Amino acid sequence: MSASDRGDSFEVVIGLEVHCELATSTKLFCSCANAFGDEPNTNICPVCLGLPGSLPVLNKKAVELAMRIGLALNCSIVPSTFARKNYFYPDMPKDYQISQYDEPINVNGYVDLADGTRVGIVRAHIEEDTGKSTHIGGKGRIQGADYSLIDYNRAGVPLVEIVSAPDIRSSEQARAYVSELRSILVAVGASDGRMEEGSLRVDANISVRPLGSEVFGTRTEVKNLNSLRSLGRAIEFEADRQVAIVTSGERVVQETRHFEENQGVTSSMRSKEEANDYRYFPEPDLVPLRPDDAFVESIRAGIGLLPAQRRERLNALVGAGELTSSLSGQVATTVDLGLDDLVADVVKLGANPRLALARTANEAARHPEQARSLDAALYAQLIGLESRGEISATQAKVILDELCATGEDPRAIAQRLGYEALGDDALEQAIDAVIEASPAEWTRFLAGDERVAQFLLGKVMKETKGKANGKAVAESFARRK
Amino acid sequence: MSTPSDSYPRPALEIASLVRSGTMSARHVVEQCFARISEYEDDIHAFNTLVKDAALHDAERVDRLVADGVDAGALAGVPIAIKDNMCTRGIETTCSSRILQGWLPPYDATVVKRVREAGAIIVGKTNLDEFAMGSSTENSAFGPTKNPWDPSRVPGGSSGGSAAAVASGMTPLALGSDTGGSIRQPAALCGVVGIKPTYGLVSRYGLVAFASSLDQIGPFANTVADAATCLQIIAGHDEADSTSIDKTPPHYADAASKGVVGLRIGVIEDFLSDANPGCVDAVRRGAEALASFGANVDDVSIPELMDGLDAYYLIAPAEASSNLARYDGVRYGLRVPASDVSSMNNATRSAGFGQEVKRRIMLGTYALSAGYYDAYYGQAQRIRTLVARAFSRAYERFDVLLGPTTPSPAFGIGAKISDPLEMYLSDLFTIPSNLAGHPAMSVPFALSDEGLPVGVQVLANALGEVDMLRVGAALESAAAPGVRGPIEPRKSTGAVR
Repeated sequence: MSASDRGDSFEVVIGLEVHCELATSTKLFCSCANAFGDEPNTNICPVCLGLPGSLPVLNKKAVELAMRIGLALNCSIVPSTFARKNYFYPDMPKDYQISQYDEPINVNGYVDLADGTRVGIVRAHIEEDTGKSTHIGGKGRIQGADYSLIDYNRAGVPLVEIVSAPDIRSSEQARAYVSELRSILVAVGASDGRMEEGSLRVDANISVRPLGSEVFGTRTEVKNLNSLRSLGRAIEFEADRQVAIVTSGERVVQETRHFEENQGVTSSMRSKEEANDYRYFPEPDLVPLRPDDAFVESIRAGIGLLPAQRRERLNALVGAGELTSSLSGQVATTVDLGLDDLVADVVKLGANPRLALARTANEAARHPEQARSLDAALYAQLIGLESRGEISATQAKVILDELCATGEDPRAIAQRLGYEALGDDALEQAIDAVIEASPAEWTRFLAGDERVAQFLLGKVMKETKGKANGKAVAESFARRK
Repeated sequence: MSTPSDSYPRPALEIASLVRSGTMSARHVVEQCFARISEYEDDIHAFNTLVKDAALHDAERVDRLVADGVDAGALAGVPIAIKDNMCTRGIETTCSSRILQGWLPPYDATVVKRVREAGAIIVGKTNLDEFAMGSSTENSAFGPTKNPWDPSRVPGGSSGGSAAAVASGMTPLALGSDTGGSIRQPAALCGVVGIKPTYGLVSRYGLVAFASSLDQIGPFANTVADAATCLQIIAGHDEADSTSIDKTPPHYADAASKGVVGLRIGVIEDFLSDANPGCVDAVRRGAEALASFGANVDDVSIPELMDGLDAYYLIAPAEASSNLARYDGVRYGLRVPASDVSSMNNATRSAGFGQEVKRRIMLGTYALSAGYYDAYYGQAQRIRTLVARAFSRAYERFDVLLGPTTPSPAFGIGAKISDPLEMYLSDLFTIPSNLAGHPAMSVPFALSDEGLPVGVQVLANALGEVDMLRVGAALESAAAPGVRGPIEPRKSTGAVR
């Protein structure tokens, strides 16, 4: 059953919990390094190991990043407290997790998706990560394992858990939401956005209901979603599974389910009855957080343009209102790679906006690191050479690669590569030669076969070793008709 | 050969002064200290661990500083005993529990660091009720501590080892921790001075947590001046403890010389009606003495304080149930092997914790459970607020409050151990100060009919340590002859236990 088969009679309702590892240099409650991929159990101390007598001290930078996230998600920042979430698990050193519970720092925000949907943000709160277990033997889960290895490097790494309202209605929307959230988190400097390293982890609450119903169905929580693709597949599978259950007159069981990436299915982890009673209570080792207005405003002032604002700015530059899907794709890529400031800068220096966008999204995007540090004046010069027809598109792309690699002046690169502009006479001669070599194709072109024009253009490019300006060739073709 | 100028035990301030002036070596002090320990420790069992070699080594370091003309610190060469629930780097820290037996902390608690830096010499770790849960030191996995005044009686608890070490003159100073009375109650029962400071005045970093919102470290000494000096060393802000007060403490040692003229002192009537006649009499005579020194003394009724016990026995176990979760056999301490992780957790905790600890973990787990939280933990927090408000009203009229420390002098070993509720009542008068986060101290003031020490408790408002110490010093000066330690302990007859 596919989404469209389901579409007529059932609606899927999705709420997402996204855990974002904060890009701080140290952990949430101690000064150990927050680093991925180090030798196991090297970034540890009495505090993050939960040794008897140790006490947590809140990382101010983590609070600032959490506030940035809240502000970027249009949340209110409110006085907050920490609580202990009590349950036994070997990779959790204190056998409780310090988390914000009934008084989270960020509440009541939203994210707008490209399709116009507004996804509510219920809360975005601070908590600590656990260590990482590797279960050896059995099925790789703690039950049935021969033994387990624990790396406490991740224990105490700061997280912000972002809880959406159940406003998402399809796997596509879910992916779009996480993708937009990821862009925002990266843009405000809160996260490196690497899902594959676990910097972003998504749990999905999924339920189905008859179309038109106002009542939510019984939900399941699906874990182990390590990529956008897994998120989409898991939602499709889980929605189909639930629709099949409801259609056959059975009831969906409220439970936590595990997504099996290899088979693309979800399987039961634990039911509501087996769920832990976390016995939350206020964390007595930490004091309440009461950020004053001036502090909140200083954080707000430090947040630059958000991805949506950046896309809007580029849209305006390249001509809003008549955006093709390829243009908006270029805009999205440019913003995601953090190259939109570059485009804005070269346009300010007089470069053709659409050409600058295309070169940035298609070519500069291949070396985003170098491109981000490009000298805007040199880049504008390159775009200018191409738009004035002094170099061809092919030449411009080669020069751009060189420019990214060396930072050399584009004119100097052109000269070095022998890219002097092709004179009008030389171009006409080349076109004559092509017509002479391909008379049948030329005849078809004259008869109105536009498809063959591309073939002839290619021949001219070959004849001129790529120096011809495509626009000039087309004009010459037209004159000869 | 012992001469008057070469005697041990003697007050910490005297020792420090002799060592700093080069009159007496710290090494000599430590040797005398261990001689006294070997004389009495077998009978009293104040210590879980003794570290003679390390102590002699530390003493030599102090002596070198003195020889080099460097200030060796306010406690230079003073032997100090540390309750065995404070982390000492490389020295076993057990909390008197089998579950932590053999654990060597990789770090020093902040207070341990501070007394070391002040020149004090750590001689050992003292016995306690397991994880500081108890009022008699009978809940130790390593056997009870005996009261130096009468070995058939308990020293109080949970800091019974520290109180007994100071009372018997083995060390002039000791550190204890007080969650519901664990410094003041054993101080009263052993006839020594014990101070529970304002919550947040002394860093808890490195104190193995029992009930985090109530725990506070404080000193034991035979004199108010020694206790005040030790408090001065350990008090003050610590970045490693988020609940530590970020304010420079005042000068405590001066307090004694200030007298009590004009101080407004309230005698808590509600405590008197629940204490035995000897304890009531001590408070009344203490109040009279203070009045004769120029204080304005009056009675005050604060009935809300009597509800504190009920709130305490929900809040403290609730926090303990969470604080003690980490003893799961995974990372340190005892591990009882089993077929899977949760069976290993269960087997380890079943074998590693004693009865009282298990009782409180279960009480606390229950009090925090879904559906019961509001009725128990929530309600207890509301009572805690009421206790704090009642104190605030009283402190509008009074600078300090006075009452008995305990309902009775030291009771017999085994007398209350099978009746937890009776045992819990030992802390009836000490618990309210913990709930409010206020300072309080116990000063040995009288001798009971049986010849046992009776303590008077001085309570003050948050950060009211100076006024509290003024009253404590005045009481000390009017105390019954013979109540002030150190004493020559009564040797065990061998008939007891």
